[in-house]
Amino acid sequence: MARAVTTRRKTINTVAAWAIGLLIFFPILWTILTSFKTEAQAINDPPLFFFFDWTLENYAIVQERSNYMRFLWNSVIIAGGSTFLGVIIGVPAAWSMAFVPSRRTKDILLWMLSTKMLPAVGVLYPIYLLFIKLGLLDTRFGLTIVLMLINLPIIIWMLYTYFKEIPGEILEAARMDGATLKEEILYILTPMAIPGIASTVLLNIILAWNEAFWTLNLTAAKAAPLTAFIASYSSPEGLFYAKLSAASTMAIAPILILGWFSQKQLVRGLTFGAVK
Amino acid sequence: MYLKNALCAATALTLISTTGAFADTITIATVNNGDMIRMQGLAEDFTAKTGHTLEWVTLEENVLRQRVTQDIAAKGGQFDVMTIGMYETPIWAANEWLVSLDDLPASYDKDDILPAMRAGLSHSGKLFAAPFYGESSMIMYRTDLIEKAGLSMPDAPTWSDVAAAAKAMTDKDNEVYGVCLRGKAGWGENMAFITTVANSFGARWFDENWKPQLDTPEWKEAVSFYNDLLTNYGPPGASTNGFNENLALFQQGKCGMWIDATVAASFVTNPNDSTVAEKVGFALAPNKEGVEKRANWLWAWALAIPAGTQKEAAAKQFVEWATSKDYIELVASKEGWANVPPGARTSLYENPEYQKVPFAKMTLDSINAANPDSPTVKPVPYVGIQYVAIPEWAGIGTAAGQEFSAMVAGQQSVDEALAKAQANTAEEMEAAGY
Repeated sequence: MARAVTTRRKTINTVAAWAIGLLIFFPILWTILTSFKTEAQAINDPPLFFFFDWTLENYAIVQERSNYMRFLWNSVIIAGGSTFLGVIIGVPAAWSMAFVPSRRTKDILLWMLSTKMLPAVGVLYPIYLLFIKLGLLDTRFGLTIVLMLINLPIIIWMLYTYFKEIPGEILEAARMDGATLKEEILYILTPMAIPGIASTVLLNIILAWNEAFWTLNLTAAKAAPLTAFIASYSSPEGLFYAKLSAASTMAIAPILILGWFSQKQLVRGLTFGAVK
Repeated sequence: MYLKNALCAATALTLISTTGAFADTITIATVNNGDMIRMQGLAEDFTAKTGHTLEWVTLEENVLRQRVTQDIAAKGGQFDVMTIGMYETPIWAANEWLVSLDDLPASYDKDDILPAMRAGLSHSGKLFAAPFYGESSMIMYRTDLIEKAGLSMPDAPTWSDVAAAAKAMTDKDNEVYGVCLRGKAGWGENMAFITTVANSFGARWFDENWKPQLDTPEWKEAVSFYNDLLTNYGPPGASTNGFNENLALFQQGKCGMWIDATVAASFVTNPNDSTVAEKVGFALAPNKEGVEKRANWLWAWALAIPAGTQKEAAAKQFVEWATSKDYIELVASKEGWANVPPGARTSLYENPEYQKVPFAKMTLDSINAANPDSPTVKPVPYVGIQYVAIPEWAGIGTAAGQEFSAMVAGQQSVDEALAKAQANTAEEMEAAGY
């Protein structure tokens, strides 16, 4: 039986949830607000919240100076491609670990995660040299592969957690009915794990979209994604906060919109298996 | 008929391939500042003249340094032209990472480059980077506030003059602070300024045997003076202020004086951004009475070509175009004389049109007062005024910068900051084998 929740408690919870939500969202809100200020207003002391002369000047400057669409397209390909490849590899890997575990499965899972504990800069030089040898510097393909490898442990871990929640008996029944391994994964497991896969995909697109170490170090002019677009608006001598904020807002807008429309899937996926 | 067609096709193919061989795409790594952005807008002129197209990679200053160092060291060949500073040029040239620019044609007129800039961008007598724009540092002060205080600012003031003016102009109740100085940690931030103050008090970073000198009385006097000036008459939170923060404060009318890069003059006198555009005066960076060296630095953003680029000829054409007299004329014709890249060529300062720009003379005087080959009163084994042109400097300067920033924030005394900086520098230099 559900516990009775008083109206007062509900109100407190709602207010607390909104307060925490606003606190987390505040830096993004501030960036968006700053993007509509002049450079002088952006650094005004005391800071200006809503009462300033709103202007679209920064967006016009950014549009004129940079080829936004090229950066956006690179981001879409790199984030989408690396996630797609990661899921293609991650689903069978997670299946085998969840349903036919061996003695070493737990160790392998931990070992995979250990690669995330190494500071990225520690392997920058070897990877840079490899990229030179293979002709992958400043290519979308090279960056897609690197981001896929970086995010693969997370993809496998997330999928493994979701797959563990699916009763093995259902897959067993499918096998009894004569399903092949491919059919079992494609037609039985995948449809049942859709929320989990969807949230894995979304989270990895977000991670790849925001990745700023490899994308800045392994690209120059051709494959540079939106992270490089943002970085180009920081200035050593001169005011730049408003223009930088406009560039940032343009860079995060697609992912914010994607997150907004898919928040149901995302929350459902992230809490999948939390309550049984 | 067939033969005729075949001949036509062959001719066309030859033409296409010939054109292709001459028209390259050059990738340029650069920083985001006003003059560089302006150049990107005018790049069509270069393409029209040479047929080469340009790809720009604009990066944050520190990222740019790290990216191009990494690319040159690994021979990645990502960039054909790079924007680098006066600090890196002699070091990278010594490593044979840069292509010499000594063979630029006579029409380029290398002798027209300001002597101080040429000296700072050369190694073993050869030019390795062409200055795109150069700067020194100077005092920018509020003419109205100094008048109100009943004082006047000499063209060549001493630190005592600055301290007296800072005291007289400070009006904390109205959020007006006598002086704004760099306090943010970093070898290119507070250490650039503090090193020039030290030079003007007769101090030096190293003696002739590379022994750190931060434990000398000159350093103590210089750093104590800087700390007192900034904490007594500076804005609150000065320990986190760099160039951009001080620029904002000055433009909002909150600083009586600001001692910083000459390039700031065009920003603070621009009525679109600055509330005090009409009330700014300029003076040479100060010195301590009796010390011959002034506290002005020397810096240039310059264009260099990494050794190993496949497009050296095209890259040289670009460097020649971007740092030529013609380019200055081009900017002047499109955007006015106040917007041309300053501090690179002698002929610019001889131009009667440019002489009308209010800060032109003081910028030139400041640049001429700086000598990177002889930055200090006592002899030193290094080149560089607000930096020491050795690879270890970035680490040493940044560590010392953190100590001095903590000092301005009130977290430690002058003696503690100097002792820690001295110990760290000695350790780093010993580890580096000096």
